[in-house]
Amino acid sequence: MKKILIGSGAGYSGDRIEPAVELAEKGNINYLVFECLAERTIAIAQQAKLNDPTAGYDALLADRFNAVLKICHENKIKIITNMGAANPVAGAKKIKEIAKALGISGLKIAAVGGDDVFEAVKTGNYTLMETGEPLANIKDKLVSANAYLGAEPIVEALKNGADVVITGRVADPALFIAPAIYEFGWSMDDWNMLGKATLFGHLLECAGQITGGYFADPGYKDVAGLARLGFPIAEVQEDGSFVITKVPGSGGQVKLANCQEQMVYEIHDPKNYFTPDVVADFSDVTMTEVGENRVQVKGGAGKPKTDTLKASIGYKDSFIGEGQISYAGPGAAARGQLALDIVAERLKLSGVDYQEIKFDLIGVNALHGAKLSAGYEPYEVRARVAARTKNRREAVRIGNEVETLYTNGPAGGAGIVKSAREVVAMVSVLVPRSLINYSIQYEVL
Amino acid sequence: MKLREIAHSRTGDKGNISNISVIAYDQAQYKLIEKYVTAERVKEFFSDMVQGKVVRYTLPNIGALNFVMYDALSGGVTRTLSLDIHGKSFSSALLNMEIPNKL
Repeated sequence: MKKILIGSGAGYSGDRIEPAVELAEKGNINYLVFECLAERTIAIAQQAKLNDPTAGYDALLADRFNAVLKICHENKIKIITNMGAANPVAGAKKIKEIAKALGISGLKIAAVGGDDVFEAVKTGNYTLMETGEPLANIKDKLVSANAYLGAEPIVEALKNGADVVITGRVADPALFIAPAIYEFGWSMDDWNMLGKATLFGHLLECAGQITGGYFADPGYKDVAGLARLGFPIAEVQEDGSFVITKVPGSGGQVKLANCQEQMVYEIHDPKNYFTPDVVADFSDVTMTEVGENRVQVKGGAGKPKTDTLKASIGYKDSFIGEGQISYAGPGAAARGQLALDIVAERLKLSGVDYQEIKFDLIGVNALHGAKLSAGYEPYEVRARVAARTKNRREAVRIGNEVETLYTNGPAGGAGIVKSAREVVAMVSVLVPRSLINYSIQYEVL
Repeated sequence: MKLREIAHSRTGDKGNISNISVIAYDQAQYKLIEKYVTAERVKEFFSDMVQGKVVRYTLPNIGALNFVMYDALSGGVTRTLSLDIHGKSFSSALLNMEIPNKL
């Protein structure tokens, strides 16, 4: 039975670079996939593109391609990535430039576009999925709208001989299932097969999160070699079953518990995992350890895809001003609390205009609130004040009030950090599939 | 005993929704977590932090429960004032839950 090996080279935009090099050199893989596009990244990239038409792709694109392109070309490994962000065409041109500098020839790069639905969404009648409110309420603050495309344009690019496919907003699993659909000739309406494919796509999309990353808990879940964590490989068979593994000798581990945690990660209802290509069902999945760092996965099914696509909308929401200060030694928590009380009173006295505020004692209650944190006394604490404001000027005043604690606050306040930033927030709407006309542009070298 | 003794957990997020898994180390312990780690108990456990409903899904094949907690992240990763913008540390809180050690 035919088998293909798909490696996952990044689980988010800032991920480590070397694990992908290791996969390309020693993984015997056929495809190397980089998932690098967080929800908000595309909104920020869109703004960068407005200022410079050659910008708007992932900030680490050049670093990653410089690290892997030559070895991938030599080993006949195709690369698929969403590092195009708001500007896949500019990303493709950059990759061509890198290839040229590396002395590579005979390379076809495909840039997939069509996910940008900003104009249509701005004028259309849509409801926000999160709140049920009309999108029109934030119409004047919108900065981007991108629909999640499925695997189809990537499959088409591969059929047309692309060695590198760079996209903008595409559903994460689609990046991984496209090569299998192309290699095995699976039909785009074979729902059960697409459901199985979505399972390995889902397991691979966070890279190190299935090979021992985001997992270790000393004494309970010990993982060796996290500083040189190996990224995952799926060995996919034509019947949709697959083995998850990693490069021998790399750090981390592929065991049942890792794979189980990642399977359930962010899926909500396991019987109805919505993607642009299929509604996947993971409820019958079984996993078996079949060797050292090898987990066999079977099962997975699917139902027909829905008529709509999710689109991520970026909008200018507010500003956040923040300040932090540390206290240590006996009575640290009491002095930290006093600091917070002083800042609360000062903000009232000086009339700072904020819409929402949070007072935390980091080390005491910042992560889980008062109830779950009760009963522990720390050696050191960090007092933190964060507030939402309508403009930068007010946001700056939040951190400034924390800073004045140096000379006006409790004894021994140390290590102040303050910041003020604009918040581009994300919401979602469902758009009809008919809104999308994807396009593919090729660069050949 | 603490839930931590028999189960592991991972938290993810989508918008303002937190998603926490609870997975038995040993498949034989699944019945125990299924019985005691209910949606109601989890909602009560996170009553300080989760404003919306808590829905539980079960995956007996891999010995896992999956909790979907609505209105749980003070607006979600892109606009929350929380230090833990994703709510990634929630799983560590849940493993501190006390449960009986037999059915």
